Amino acid sequence: MVNELSDFVLVSIALLGIGIYGLAVKRNFIRMLFAIEIIINAANLNMVAFGRFLPDSGGQTLALFSIAIAAAEVAVGLSLIIVAYRMYHNVDVADFRSLKG
Amino acid sequence: MVDAAFLGLSVLTIVSAIAALELRSLVYGSIALMGTLGGIAGFFLLLDSPFVAMFQLAVYVGSIAVLILFTVMLVKRELIFKKIEDKRRKFVGIALMLVLIVALSAVILDSGIKQITTDEPAVDFREIGVDFLTYYWPALILMALILSGAVTGALVLARRVDEENGQRTQ
Repeated sequence: MVNELSDFVLVSIALLGIGIYGLAVKRNFIRMLFAIEIIINAANLNMVAFGRFLPDSGGQTLALFSIAIAAAEVAVGLSLIIVAYRMYHNVDVADFRSLKG
Repeated sequence: MVDAAFLGLSVLTIVSAIAALELRSLVYGSIALMGTLGGIAGFFLLLDSPFVAMFQLAVYVGSIAVLILFTVMLVKRELIFKKIEDKRRKFVGIALMLVLIVALSAVILDSGIKQITTDEPAVDFREIGVDFLTYYWPALILMALILSGAVTGALVLARRVDEENGQRTQ
């Protein structure tokens, strides 16, 4: 193959960094969900890349599991956004204070 | 060495990931997120895993991105265009990102990953199916239960409770 394993891993590290930045800086609930999606995709890319280069079907199998679980996570996250928006009329996570001690 | 397809895909993926987080409008942000997810599907095709690539397209670009778009449309118009972030946190976040990327890249490039090369043919997707039905079947059933539980939970959470004793409780 022309592309090496390290190239794919570097792209996934860049995506992980962007996702961590989004989680640290943004306070908009929906943007934080975007950042989580980007991080999950970086992890999937890593799994498939290693599975290709150490020829083994485990990488692809785990990536498929991960995609399915991420779908469930997004469904729950979006319904939490809808509930929070209905209660506070805002999507700023700093405003969601009812659990604050 | 990398080829042109890899370069194009990585530029598309990383630029649209940044755009998804930084564009002012959430609607354009979620469309940019679709670009990232599609770019990852392209990487899967480059890695000779067409089955995972199609799964990614069907689940992420097909359903999750559309779900996110519809949720964005439920939010008030001013909130879609308002950026909510701290200025001070922004610089700390960029510094954190750069430190993380440099440190992890240094560790990875130092770890002898360059010696991992392969000339063997790619894994056939039939093998994945066999894996799913033999070794991983308890995990598959567990995943199905988790998925149905999560979707039911999401429905229950998002349900609007209307009209109790003439008074709307939310």
